[in-house]
Amino acid sequence: MLSELPENISTFGGDIDNVLTIIWWITIPWLVAAEAALLYLVVKYRAKDGVRASWLPASARQVAIWIMLPAALVTVFDVYIEVCSASVWHTVKEEVPAHDQLVRIEGRQFAWTFTYAGEDGLLDTEDDFTTINELYVPSNKVVRFHLEALDVLHSFWVPVLRLKQDAVPGRTIPGWFEATREGDYEIACAELCGAGHTVMKGRLKVVTPERFLDWSATTIERKRLAQNKPLIGQEQP
Amino acid sequence: MSTGHAEPQSFLRKYIFSVDHKVIAKQYMITGLIMALAGGFLAYVLRAQLAWPGDLEPHAYNTAVTMHGTIMVFWVAMPVLVAGFGNLLVPLMIGADDMAFPRLNMISYWTFFLSSLVLIASFLVPGGAAGGGWTAYPPLSADAQYLGQFWGVNLWILAVALEFVAFLMGGINIITTAMNMRARGMSMWDVPLLVWELVVASIVFLLSVGPLIAGAVMLLADRTIGTGFYAPEAGGDPLLFQHLFWFFGHPEVYVLLLPAMGILGEIICACSRKTLFGYRMIVWSVIIAGLLSFVVWAHHQFVSGIDPRLATPFSITTILISVPFAVHIFAFIATLYGGSIRFTSAMLFALGFLALFLIGGVTGIVNGSAAADIYVHDTYFVVAHFHYTLVPITFFATFAGVYHWYPKMFGSMMNETLGYIHFLGTFVFFNLIFIPQFTLGIMGHHRRISDPRIYEYLQEGQFLQVLSTIGVIGLLVFQLPFIYNFFASMRGKPAARNPWNATTFEWNTASPPPHGNFDAPLVAHRGPYEYSLPGDGPDWMPQWLPTPEQPVTSDATVASEDA
Repeated sequence: MLSELPENISTFGGDIDNVLTIIWWITIPWLVAAEAALLYLVVKYRAKDGVRASWLPASARQVAIWIMLPAALVTVFDVYIEVCSASVWHTVKEEVPAHDQLVRIEGRQFAWTFTYAGEDGLLDTEDDFTTINELYVPSNKVVRFHLEALDVLHSFWVPVLRLKQDAVPGRTIPGWFEATREGDYEIACAELCGAGHTVMKGRLKVVTPERFLDWSATTIERKRLAQNKPLIGQEQP
Repeated sequence: MSTGHAEPQSFLRKYIFSVDHKVIAKQYMITGLIMALAGGFLAYVLRAQLAWPGDLEPHAYNTAVTMHGTIMVFWVAMPVLVAGFGNLLVPLMIGADDMAFPRLNMISYWTFFLSSLVLIASFLVPGGAAGGGWTAYPPLSADAQYLGQFWGVNLWILAVALEFVAFLMGGINIITTAMNMRARGMSMWDVPLLVWELVVASIVFLLSVGPLIAGAVMLLADRTIGTGFYAPEAGGDPLLFQHLFWFFGHPEVYVLLLPAMGILGEIICACSRKTLFGYRMIVWSVIIAGLLSFVVWAHHQFVSGIDPRLATPFSITTILISVPFAVHIFAFIATLYGGSIRFTSAMLFALGFLALFLIGGVTGIVNGSAAADIYVHDTYFVVAHFHYTLVPITFFATFAGVYHWYPKMFGSMMNETLGYIHFLGTFVFFNLIFIPQFTLGIMGHHRRISDPRIYEYLQEGQFLQVLSTIGVIGLLVFQLPFIYNFFASMRGKPAARNPWNATTFEWNTASPPPHGNFDAPLVAHRGPYEYSLPGDGPDWMPQWLPTPEQPVTSDATVASEDA
């Protein structure tokens, strides 16, 4: 089943896949053992003529062996899973590393708007520029995003990045990712946002840093030429 | 002890505005099962759209998804498991002649009935029934402009609020009855497990529902008079509703699970002729799980925009809550050891519950891990996970309970052959629906989209959607034997008092029990599950029998009547 995971192109995606794999290989043997025990008992202790069931009110010792010991083992595995999980969560969600590119992502019914900090590296300045439904990022660079929603809840969902984050009106939620492979990928909205939820699609275009610089320089230049009119469109790098 | 009402004679007082707990139980169950047909039909509608995307408007699809979830949780699981089985069995199992507050009980049902009418009416108003998800997250649900529907969501909130009022009355009744009306000699350590589970479920419900009612009132005020509790531009916060909703919503899962586990406990003991493996340990695990259920809610919100530092504490509590339930399930499995298992239809559904719920529990670990949840949250993995918990709870436990206690509802036996067919079809097709959905979730398939084909990364998964839909059609078809069995068996073979040779009080009285329940007040002489005691006597020792060594004549009568 895990082989059905889409390709991973983010630096932390492998860690998330690892957590999934660890949970898979811990829980599946437990599941199989429990189902096997269930099936075995059901078949072995089916009613037979003249065979009376046993009186087993569960002594403290039996409870310790058959219930508390497995439950303690479950706890140990739970703690192990939690330890693996907590550090990955910390990496993905709690710490935003130093970034190379800053983008504001805004969700609204039913489109994504991406606003790039221009050469000054700051948002809300003259050299910002925007695209709609297409997010261009440089490969192997840390992209920091500020996620916002303009009307209802949305969720920025990029399966190949293993990244999902809800966008909430009234909040700016910071986050980050680093894409490691150039290509053209899909972005979806993972939180029900109304009649157009299905079609709230975007594209993630990961390009080499050089092409990204070319593309952004050209885009900024065109924006200047267009006398500060916001540039909306699908510029090719 | 006596609630003192005489048996009513008119049809209206006897069957419609009845204060008899058994009639009210049947009213709840039948209303719930009729609503299940509506919920099942909506499941078919949305699954057909997903497998063969066609004419369904996105808006109608959202309505189908929303109302399917709403109906199945609030109008099927709650009325059938808590109110239905609670009303039927709590007084019978503790030897009471009715619930503590019979009139409140009647008002509870008719408030629930009214809430059902309001919910159904919401389909008929302009804009249609609510389409904002069964969780009704604002701002989508808080302002008519976002969904394009005003009355649909208003009626949804009103219906849910009325329903909670009904179950508040029902919950108070269950707790009071179990605490105050137990037969002489019956301590809380002698009540059947189902009574414990219903009491804990009712307490959890009472303690958790307040915040949600407050949240719903604020939501209605936002919609109708523009208060802005959830509107950031007015100083509100959309996340506030999520906290209030899940503070109730997660305990609610256990409000449903506990009665289901109680039903299972009774059936597993009676049908394997075994005493429960560790009765007190199970009760403690239920109480601990009930307490823990109040501190896990934010695992629904890992990626919702809450402070990310909250995730790990809630992830820990969530993963820990698997421990008391592991104890509970292990104890049921261990109970089978050394048994003499009779495969009644009820027992098949009980065993099927265990087999499926294990999958539901294990996959919950994935969602409970905050890091893994970043990927699987809001995907079909979650959908498959919670159906592997809620379908066993809502349907397998209910079917098990209906087959088992049908004699106490209608005085006759259900047809076992039809029961086997029903079980096999339900078990096989249920898995056909949801195993593919685990794979879809791993592929990254996000929820609540009406046409998966427009995403490149979901192209390969489309045949899994088709498989899943075939599963739904099969599952629905295999409910026909049950529906026929349920109604036809009302005129079926008359049931003896104790057809399963079980030990708890409800099997002492006639099938169906008369008004007032018992021929004479019962006294509890022992714990609830004394099956297969050492010796040569009958392999069950009912709670009402005084001396274990010498079965007295009344037992001989009961036994010979059943033979």
